[in-house]
Formats: sequence, structure tokens, C-alpha cells
Amino acid sequence: MASTLPVAPRAETPVPGRDAQASVPAPASRPVRPRRGRPDWRKRAEITLLAGPALVVFVFFVIVPVLMAAYYGFFRWQGFGPPTEFVGLQNYLTIFQDSTFRDAVGHNMLIVVASLALQGPLAILFALLLNQRIRGRSLIRVLIFVPYVISEVVVGTGWSLMLQDVGAVNDLLGKLGLEWLQQSWIADPAIALGTLMVIITWKYIGFAVILMLAGLQSIPDELSEAAAIDGASFWQIQRHITLPLLGPTIRIWAFLSIIGSLQLFDLVNIVWGQFVSATAGTSTMATYMYLNGHMAGSYGYGNAVAVVLFVISLIIALVYQRFVLRRDTAGAITGGKEKRR
Amino acid sequence: MTLAPERPRSSARTASARPAARRGTRTGPWGRPLVYLSAVVLVAVCMGPVLFIVFGGFRTNSQITTDPSGLPGPWVGSNYTEVIASGEFWRAMGSSSLTALATTAGVVALGLMAAFVIARYDFVGKGAMYSLFAAGLMFPATVAITPLYLLIRNLGLTNNLLGVILPQIAFALPATVIILVPFLRAIPAEIEEAASIDGASRLGFFFRMVLPLSLPGVITTGILAFIGSWNGYMLPLFILSDPNLFTLPLGVQNFASQYSVDTAKVLAFTSLSMLPALVFFSLFERRIVGGLTGAVKG
Repeated sequence: MASTLPVAPRAETPVPGRDAQASVPAPASRPVRPRRGRPDWRKRAEITLLAGPALVVFVFFVIVPVLMAAYYGFFRWQGFGPPTEFVGLQNYLTIFQDSTFRDAVGHNMLIVVASLALQGPLAILFALLLNQRIRGRSLIRVLIFVPYVISEVVVGTGWSLMLQDVGAVNDLLGKLGLEWLQQSWIADPAIALGTLMVIITWKYIGFAVILMLAGLQSIPDELSEAAAIDGASFWQIQRHITLPLLGPTIRIWAFLSIIGSLQLFDLVNIVWGQFVSATAGTSTMATYMYLNGHMAGSYGYGNAVAVVLFVISLIIALVYQRFVLRRDTAGAITGGKEKRR
Repeated sequence: MTLAPERPRSSARTASARPAARRGTRTGPWGRPLVYLSAVVLVAVCMGPVLFIVFGGFRTNSQITTDPSGLPGPWVGSNYTEVIASGEFWRAMGSSSLTALATTAGVVALGLMAAFVIARYDFVGKGAMYSLFAAGLMFPATVAITPLYLLIRNLGLTNNLLGVILPQIAFALPATVIILVPFLRAIPAEIEEAASIDGASRLGFFFRMVLPLSLPGVITTGILAFIGSWNGYMLPLFILSDPNLFTLPLGVQNFASQYSVDTAKVLAFTSLSMLPALVFFSLFERRIVGGLTGAVKG
């Protein structure tokens, strides 16, 4: 709410000399600005100076590439020299006719749904658990976030060694007398996607827990205390007070999780490799793009896949924002403004 | 306070259903056994694979083959010492450190300035600027990676750490700006007025007041940017092809395929590579949760 009005225009002393180093290009700041006075001009210079670098870097490395992709997507192009072989929508037709791409989209959608269904409830439970005053709480918190902090490559390398047919997981199951549970975790197409979900859940639940904890800590204690005095049980308090107030955090987390699931690349590429993921049934749109664009040297086609990936993500993001995040628009991550409901 | 009448229905659960058992509870020092049991299980599940990697590095390959899920016996330090003695590890460490530090510095500097403008200036296009960054939040590097690679190649920055650093800064900016804006907004206008009465310009105010006051947010975003860069995989994979420049994630993968028969050494390399991010994170864990609390107002 702190909409900062341009600091009370103190007409008489416009402090030009005091910080000459700050008020940048001296020549232009001529003493007499007939139109709107110096403060306004100064303000613009400051805005440009402060926000300019970030905007330039952001636009150049984020926006421009996306626009480039839209352009290159219309060409058959190996990535050398300017693209010349215009093929219209041919790349897009190929993409949608390719059953391996449709499979990849299907995998992405399954991952989106399974991530929400697995991680959401678990993360809320863990956050409730860790929000209590128990011994060693801060140590437990750090340990639970470890999987989130270590890199995808470490996670992928470690898990793929553990999940080999003669790896630690099957060995452990054998020791526990659970031989019937032993699987070919990575290679068997029937369960590979499930394996991937286990790894994803293990890896990313820490982030969900961090967010939920942050959300929980912003809920005033007085509410649950009052409810407790009125005789509400622990679970009643969580159900009727904590959960609704945690709503905005949950919705933001779900949004980030959906986007992350749609873009999933690292873990799949590390555990399954470029070629195996398609046959093992764990390919995603991003691994498809890497394999058929970058690795194949077909940059026109790869860019078209990037556009499809972008558009699918954008549509889902917009729909989600329109229908789910709408009531939070001013709150949570999207605004930082206090909102009362 | 805790004299709230327990209704008979819930008495069976009272052990785990103490009212007001959230933050600031007044349960005994050891709380409820069920809570501890679930905490232990949770920690075991989270740490198991990590310990597998760390302990695996202390075993020999024959130990790993004969008993994949066992503990080291005897403990062998040679895998770790060999990795530490290798140039490959330190080169990757150097690349990762340089990339992560430069990315963090760039993101924090640019992000803080842009967030300051959005939070404390009024101008046409302010909303658009905020929306631009908020939209960027939706698109991690994955969607732009193919054209981004071409762009970097045209700039002649492939096989150059700058080709990783600059895009990383760009892609970390949205989250940084969006986390920092509420912090900067929260600085009371009175402080700014007081500063300006004392003769400080907006920029003077920025350096003397804003920077110190927004430090928690700055640290949070800095850590997130550092860890994001440290763990970054896809961008270096596209941009760097010279093994001498590989960052640790690429180094790990390269090492793992190069020494695929020497599992123990791969595990030693892997666990050493995750050490810095872990140390960094555990030092600042509290800050991260605190910083997000400011940004995620529930």
C-alpha cells in the first residue's frame, strides 16, 4: 500500500549539489525546466538508471529468445547461417503428428497431476509437524530441505545407482524379506513413471514444505489459541483455521509446481538419458525438445517445439491465474500487498 | 490456558491432539511420541539416499557389488582423497564458484534496483514492469533454452562462463524482484521523508537506508540465486562443451560416464560436489524461511 508519492516536492531547495554523483548526467539538468520542473526529470533519470539494467538483461535473455523461437519455428534450419528454407507450419504439423511428442505431453500431464496429489498433502502435513515446538526442530528442518538443495545431477546420479537391478533399493527390499517388491525400477516402462514420481517427490517436497512453513508462520497464533479455548481439537483447528488461511500459499505453491512439472527436464535426462526416456515412458516435452532439436541439430524444429511448450505452459498458467489465483491477485507472491478476506 | 474441556470423543487422541499445539505450544519438553516418530521417519527418508551417496564414497567397489545397501566396512578414504587430488574436481569447483558468485552478485544488484523502482516510485508503466517480471516467473529457462543457445552462440559466448552467467541472471531476476518488492514497500514512508528532510536524495536513501533495511530479503534472494546457479544443469549443458569449463553438475555427469565402472569414486565425487551448497544452505536456512515469510503473505 506504500504507493510512494514523489517525495513531498520541497520547492525551494532541490538539493542539486549534495549528491552530484547520484543525479547523473549533469549537462542535461539545466537549471530551468519550464515544463514540469526538475524533480520529475530527476525521477525519470533515476528510474531509468535503476530499473534499466535489469530490464535490458531480462528482455534480452528472456523475451528476445522466445520471440526468436517463434520466428525460427517456421524454418527448416540446421542452425548455421541465416534460416532460408521457409516451411510455414510444417514443423508444427510434424510435432502434433508425432506420437512420441503426444506421449511426452501425456507424461507431463500425469506428472503435473501426480505432483500436486502427492506433494501437496504431504507438504502440508510435514509443515504442520515442523511448525511445532519439538526438540531438534531446526536440525530436522535443515535435514528435510537437503534433497531440495542438492542438485538434480547429484539426485539423479545417486538414485540411478540405487535403483539399478542389483542396486541398493532392491538389495534392501531383499534384506527386509520383501523380494516380491523388487523391480526393474528404471527400465520397466510399466513402473518407470512411478519411479520418476518418487524421485520428484523426494527432491521437491522440501521446497513445498519451506513455502508452507512460511505461510504457517504468518498466521497469527491468537486464532488457534482462541479456538483451542473454545474447545476445538488440534485437527479441528488445522482443518477450519490453518488450512483456509494457508490457502493463498497452497495456491501459489501449486502454480509453481505445475509450471515446474511442465518444464521437467533435468532429472529425466540424467536418470534415463536422452534416448531411453522415450522407450521407458518417462519422456517429457523438454527432453523431446532436447533430443529432436538440439541433439539432432534441427534448430528450426527444436524452436517450434519450444514454442509449443511455451504456449501450452502459458495457456495453463493463464487459466490457473484466471480461475484459481484470481482471489489472491493482490496477495501472496503476486503482489505483496496486504489483503483482507 | 490448556484447561479447555476435552470432549470425550477426542480424548483418545489427546496425546496427539493437544490444542494450541502449533508454534508457541506449551507441551512438555518431549512433546508427543507420535510427532517424534513421524519426524524420525521423515528425516530417514530424506537423508537415506544422501547417506547412500556419502557412505558409498567410503566403500570399495567390491563392497558395493557384494552388498549394495550396506555400510562401509572397512571405511576407505582413498576415493575421496583421489577425487580431491584430481584437477578435474577443482576445475569444476572453480567454474561453479565463479559462475554462482557472479550470478548472485548480478541478480542481487539488478534485482534490488528494479524492485526499488517498482516499490517506491510512481510512474506510468510501473504496473506493466511488475507484470513483466511476474510473467517471467512462469517461464524457467527450459522454454527459451533452444533459442537462447543460438543467441549465446551468435554472441560468441559458448564455452564462456559469461554465456551461462548472463542468462542465469536474467532468469533469476523475476523471483528476486517479486520477493524484494514487498520488503522495500514495507519500509515506512516516514523514514524516506525523514531522510529527504535531512537532505538525502532518493539514491542516497537507497544506499543508506534501503540496502540495510532490506537485508533479510536480499540474503534470501541471494541464497536462492546462488543455489540455483550452483545446481544449474540445463543451461551449462547447452552452452558449455569444453570439459575444462564444466561446472560441477556437468562434471559429475561427465565423471559418472567416464568412470561408470568405478561406482565408489563416482559416489565420492558426487558427494563432494554437493558439499558447498549444503554448507551454504544450512548456514542460512533460517534466513530463507524468514525471507519467504515476507514475500508469501498468507
